[in-house]
Amino acid sequence: MITTQKSARIGVYICHCGTNIAGALDVEQLTAFADKLPQVVLAKNYKYMCSDPGQDLVKKDIAEHGLDRVVVVACSPLLHEATFRKAAEDAGLNPFLVQMANIREQVAWVTRDKVDALEKAKAHVAAAARRVAQHEPLERKSVPITPRVLIVGGGIAGIEAALTLADADKEVILVEREPSIGGHMSMFDKTFPTLDCAACILTPKMTAVKSNPHIKLLTHSEVEKVDGAVGSYKVRVRRKARYISEENCVGCMACIDECVFPKPKFPNEYDQGLGLRKPVYLPFPQAVPPVPIIDPETCLQLSKGQCKQKCVEACGERQAVLLEQQDSIEEFEVGAIIVATGFKPFNPSVMPYYGYGTLPNVYTSLEIERLINAAGPTGGKLMLRDGSTPKRVVIVHCVGSRDKNYHTYCSKVCCMYSLKLAHLVKEKTEAEIFNCYIDIRTPGKGFEEFYNRVQNEGVHFIRGKVGDVSPVVSDNGQPTNMMTIQVDDTLLGKVRKIDADMVILAVGLEPQKDAEEVRRMFGISCSTEGFFLEKHPKLAPVNTANDGVFLAGVCQGVKDIPETVAQASAAAAKALALIDRGSIELEPNTAIIDEEHCSGCRVCNNLCPFEAIEYDEEKGVSRVIAELCKGCGTCVAACPAQAITGVHFTNNQIIAEIEGVLYDSAPPRKEAVSV
Amino acid sequence: MSDDSFEPKIVGFLCNWCSYTASDLAGTARMKYAPNVRIIRVMCSGRVDPTFLLKAFAMGADGVMIAGCHPGDCHYQQQNYKTMRRYAMIEQMLPQMGIERERVKLVWASAAEGQQLAEAIDELSEAVRKLGPLNWSRNWEENGGRIEALEAIVKEHEEALEVQS
Repeated sequence: MITTQKSARIGVYICHCGTNIAGALDVEQLTAFADKLPQVVLAKNYKYMCSDPGQDLVKKDIAEHGLDRVVVVACSPLLHEATFRKAAEDAGLNPFLVQMANIREQVAWVTRDKVDALEKAKAHVAAAARRVAQHEPLERKSVPITPRVLIVGGGIAGIEAALTLADADKEVILVEREPSIGGHMSMFDKTFPTLDCAACILTPKMTAVKSNPHIKLLTHSEVEKVDGAVGSYKVRVRRKARYISEENCVGCMACIDECVFPKPKFPNEYDQGLGLRKPVYLPFPQAVPPVPIIDPETCLQLSKGQCKQKCVEACGERQAVLLEQQDSIEEFEVGAIIVATGFKPFNPSVMPYYGYGTLPNVYTSLEIERLINAAGPTGGKLMLRDGSTPKRVVIVHCVGSRDKNYHTYCSKVCCMYSLKLAHLVKEKTEAEIFNCYIDIRTPGKGFEEFYNRVQNEGVHFIRGKVGDVSPVVSDNGQPTNMMTIQVDDTLLGKVRKIDADMVILAVGLEPQKDAEEVRRMFGISCSTEGFFLEKHPKLAPVNTANDGVFLAGVCQGVKDIPETVAQASAAAAKALALIDRGSIELEPNTAIIDEEHCSGCRVCNNLCPFEAIEYDEEKGVSRVIAELCKGCGTCVAACPAQAITGVHFTNNQIIAEIEGVLYDSAPPRKEAVSV
Repeated sequence: MSDDSFEPKIVGFLCNWCSYTASDLAGTARMKYAPNVRIIRVMCSGRVDPTFLLKAFAMGADGVMIAGCHPGDCHYQQQNYKTMRRYAMIEQMLPQMGIERERVKLVWASAAEGQQLAEAIDELSEAVRKLGPLNWSRNWEENGGRIEALEAIVKEHEEALEVQS
């Protein structure tokens, strides 16, 4: 099949993009080439096609030269297709009669040689011109948007986004997998650089979430499935059994007091295992909702089926303790989704030379946060495992970060939180403190000032990476609390050995364990280190490639609390802007089955994962349900009768493009050779 | 054919969501790679009809690249698995049509993998350069008997169908 050229009046516009394109290939020669292509009425080049004068050039020519097709030869269509479609529409041309040839990202920026670049650009221009001649005017369809937003993750990002949307009177479903919202921020003691108490600034927001009538809070719950598309996502949430009814519980904690275990016995996950809890427990005093939870693995009734069930008795007629409770499923329809699933601290036990997990007084920074937190397992008293107060503390920076064996990226917050911990530990214990760092990175409002302050407080700074932490054995062979920390002091140019009784590992931030599954469920990509990928690193930092799914917080990349809150507000604003419109215009590139040509073979039926193809038993033909079709075109490629048209990606359009990219290699052929 | 000046012409079908974005990223990061792959954007690698490949070869392409999202990452849930199945078929089919299977490459490149896509383009360009020009349709012409043979098959097939009905 050789595509027959329909009559068309094409205008080709080649963008210099300053010197981005014009510096990499000869735009004049490209213009002359385009001018000679069949059906091209005019070809022009201009410094910046996306600028107002550039767009005006197109608009004017459409009117003056009666252009009915436009090719813009510039950057990626993912960047500016919308711009030029709009320009065409303003000039009275159907927006789908515009085609872009990507010669910036795909030619100018990636090709070493100017002549090679020109040749490749010519092929892309020829393809676009040949394709656009095959375009048909199309109409976008408008569908209603469900004015409700799902927020996944109840850390500070999810909380901020939920409150912002609720302020605009929008319904929010906030799903958190832990028994309480608050995330990592609720575990911290103070926040840098202002040293506000984390709980003081966070808990009012947590309770505001709980009491806000627009927010439906689902803790101890996980999103299991996401279907549908922007405007009407259908989500299924599993509410894991808590064994205590959120509706009936009044938060008296009698069930905890009366539990058959007289004393807390099991490590509390929330305290990083440093504190103990009973099988029925409240993770931390300010937990929201303030409803205890029963751990089925340690509860005698739930694990062994035998217990006096004192908790049930203690609850009495409120009947909030439900030992028979099962997981339940709830389904919601939402117009937009904000993913704010946070991070996981790096686990340093994979680095045996730091002794984490083997030496008792080597802690991670998050463990220290719990130990110095007044609501933590020691009531805010920083102590070694034997209960004594540390006298010399070494803080090891960049644990798991900037390390080619683990994560090459900088975790960004560790320098500042290490400075903060240095300050707090010094304040609490008067211990001598050493910070062993590679570089101190303190770019942020008030950050450098805080660094200066901590330096002036007498904290020692050693520029060098710690190589080893080993225990010190006393003269009579008994183990001691002391450890020797070996660090390569790059300013002195020699290896130093420091004795200390506490080591704090400033662990980096990494993606959640199940980030892979989560991103697949929401149809988003991730960057190489595993954080979720934004649509554009600069200009669309909260959007994703999946329309209607937004990102907030560390799940997108490491950031501190102020940045997280800012991004969460932005994500909420973007979601609001989307759902507040009431309706959304969909791209018309769905599949259409020509019933005349459909043989009813049903090959296409099973290919569609969206169940968008139905079979009409009576007529013996298949039919596409336009609302469900997402336009991938797999069925189009599979139809043996070529009865399916992929709108805006028709066989003719793609074949025209193939002919175009190969304009210079079409061999002398007999007409018989056709495929 | 050992023509030093031979520059392979390769048609690349890139899916909109992962690979096309990866190629944009390679550009933004100013990674330099071989200029031989000329890119056509499709919404999904599942849109790539095997006939498109034959069309490209018939038009004088020396190679074809199909690039999509990684298995499990498809924007359309699972359509790249269908691409995989078709690719298996294409690999079987090509040698029968006198085309080395190394001329076609299926690549997975996520939106963050500009580097990987650029490397895949370099590799395919080199592989095809080593194979030399394909001249598929011209080869047919030089050996006209083949076309007649093919036409005869089509005719026989049509006749057989008529007899049946």
